[in-house]
Amino acid sequence: MGKTLFDKIWDAHVINDIDGGPAQIYIDRHYCHEVTSPQAFEGLRKRGLKVFRPEKTFCSPDHNIPTQNQDQPIADPISRNQVETLTRNANEFGVTLYGLGHPKNGIIHVIGPENGLTLPGYTIVCGDSHTSTHGAFGAVAFGIGTSEVEMVLASQCILQPKPKTMRINVNGKLREGVTAKDIALYIIAKMTTGGATGYFVEYAGDTIRNLSMEERMTVCNLSIEMGARGGMIAPDEITFEYINGREFAPKGEAWDKAVAYWRSLPSDPDAIFDREISFNASDIEPRITFGTNPGMGIGINDPIPSPDPEDEAGKISYEKSLEYMGFNVGQILAGIPVDYVFLGSCTNGRIEDFRAFSNFVKGKKKAPNVTAWLVPGSWGVDAQIREEGIDKTLEDAGFEIRQPGCSACLAMNDDKIPAGKLAVSTSNRNFEGRQGPGSRTILAGPLVAAASAITGVLTDPRKIS
Amino acid sequence: MKEKFSTITSTCVPLPMENVDTDQIIPARFLKATSRDGFGDNLFHDWRYDKNGNPVKDFVLNDPTYSGCILVAGKNFGSGSSREHAAWAIADYGFRVVVSSFFADIHKNNELNNFVLPVVVSEDFLAELFCSINSDPSTKLTVDLPSQTITNLATGKSETFDINPYKKQCLMEGLDDIEYLLSRKADIEAWEKNNI
Repeated sequence: MGKTLFDKIWDAHVINDIDGGPAQIYIDRHYCHEVTSPQAFEGLRKRGLKVFRPEKTFCSPDHNIPTQNQDQPIADPISRNQVETLTRNANEFGVTLYGLGHPKNGIIHVIGPENGLTLPGYTIVCGDSHTSTHGAFGAVAFGIGTSEVEMVLASQCILQPKPKTMRINVNGKLREGVTAKDIALYIIAKMTTGGATGYFVEYAGDTIRNLSMEERMTVCNLSIEMGARGGMIAPDEITFEYINGREFAPKGEAWDKAVAYWRSLPSDPDAIFDREISFNASDIEPRITFGTNPGMGIGINDPIPSPDPEDEAGKISYEKSLEYMGFNVGQILAGIPVDYVFLGSCTNGRIEDFRAFSNFVKGKKKAPNVTAWLVPGSWGVDAQIREEGIDKTLEDAGFEIRQPGCSACLAMNDDKIPAGKLAVSTSNRNFEGRQGPGSRTILAGPLVAAASAITGVLTDPRKIS
Repeated sequence: MKEKFSTITSTCVPLPMENVDTDQIIPARFLKATSRDGFGDNLFHDWRYDKNGNPVKDFVLNDPTYSGCILVAGKNFGSGSSREHAAWAIADYGFRVVVSSFFADIHKNNELNNFVLPVVVSEDFLAELFCSINSDPSTKLTVDLPSQTITNLATGKSETFDINPYKKQCLMEGLDDIEYLLSRKADIEAWEKNNI
């Protein structure tokens, strides 16, 4: 029987299979940020251990950093301490750090691919659930806890039960105004927030194949929002073209050898998945969320659905969620006033997101009632924005570009949405208080965000010329 | 934190919400510490305290009717962020067991790595348990790890639960994964020689 993409990579990295227990998996690449690593380094110190393979770990502070005046010390002393702790740990343990002020600093899931650190066939982990982003390259990439970060630092391995496999096929032509984010939000709404728990997902089908690497990263990034252990897409010419020439990508003969191996990775035609689901691209509209988990999503012109009458326990949570958002069953959200628009995060902070947003707002003006935070995912993205003149287009339309970081995705830095305010956000989570205590989040793609920033109300991008 | 695990009988703290994500278990702004201690004070912070920092009276952790070292939660507990701080907060608060009909993967692993036992029960068992606690807050549960059984002492209803034998042994003997991995260094080096 043939093997899946996931199985090929997983099996190639198993060092020991513990009887009736997890597998010991070798990790090719380990990414670290400042929030989930300090206790892991401290653990090594307590045990008197060194980092086993320091050349395989790359660190970048991203969650706590401000997106303005990064040349100044971080104002919040606790945030500053966490960022400085990462610097101290990286120096003490000899792992690579792209610290604040470094030209390669940025959101860890943006800079990994950008620098050719993320490669097909790799096992990749990070103490961050959006590590699934790297699966876009045909890597087995998933988020881990801090105890597991310590395991990787100590041994370059972790212990993991082997997940089941699921293939999600999307076929057909996308409609106008539909982005990769809309594909992901559609899939998550169909699957529900826990519907892929226990599975590693491979995205396939011609719609997925036709996506760029940036778009594939957006889709894979959100895999965790339906509970999946990770998401991945088979590597192909689009993947190789993206990687070729990047700093840490293989070069010369090593490149040819690598590509030959990568070509062997896609799932065999007779591979069997534990679960297989298919969607039509033409069913997908520009999406928004209306509740407090990413599975609570609808097409932008749809009314908020009623809760499942059969599910008594679920109904309580559903109603609490709508109460928090201040929305009602049956309400159509398009047209409601928007206070904040956030373009950025590891989900939508890449160059193509800025291109899409900028193309949309070109020649228009930001609505005065909207505060817009446009935050590139990395200094690399920022440089490209300036090279392409996107900064000028955005400035002419009344927008300013902030400095790279996780920003308003999770309220660990200065960019917090105030209580009660409504944000249209291109980030990944609409949980209660995610963007600041009491903040209300509508998740959407960059086009819905751009259209809403121009009109000042939640807007279907197709309704604006 | 490496207290050996065997059998626990305790009253329960009920949280019948579904899809409780790790941002609710511990909001991001409390993740700035660089040690593992003290997170229990902020467990469920934004449900537990109002915006002025006063306890919300009807939130279960503030209700003296309920106590015990077993948290009983609605399905899909621990979804979202991978933050282990959520498991640290649960452990630091004093919970040893979390019972639900469904757990998110990363959080479940994080609980196990912190010697908190996630027990997956059937939807029926969970619904009955919420009823029992609702009608009598002194309802006790027995969680027996060696025999992998959980019993609602109010109704006598009992179920077996799954845990992989390796993790079971870790919990019962107070061992962690790093100790296992460090004992396998030779295998790791041999693997590297053949594969890199």
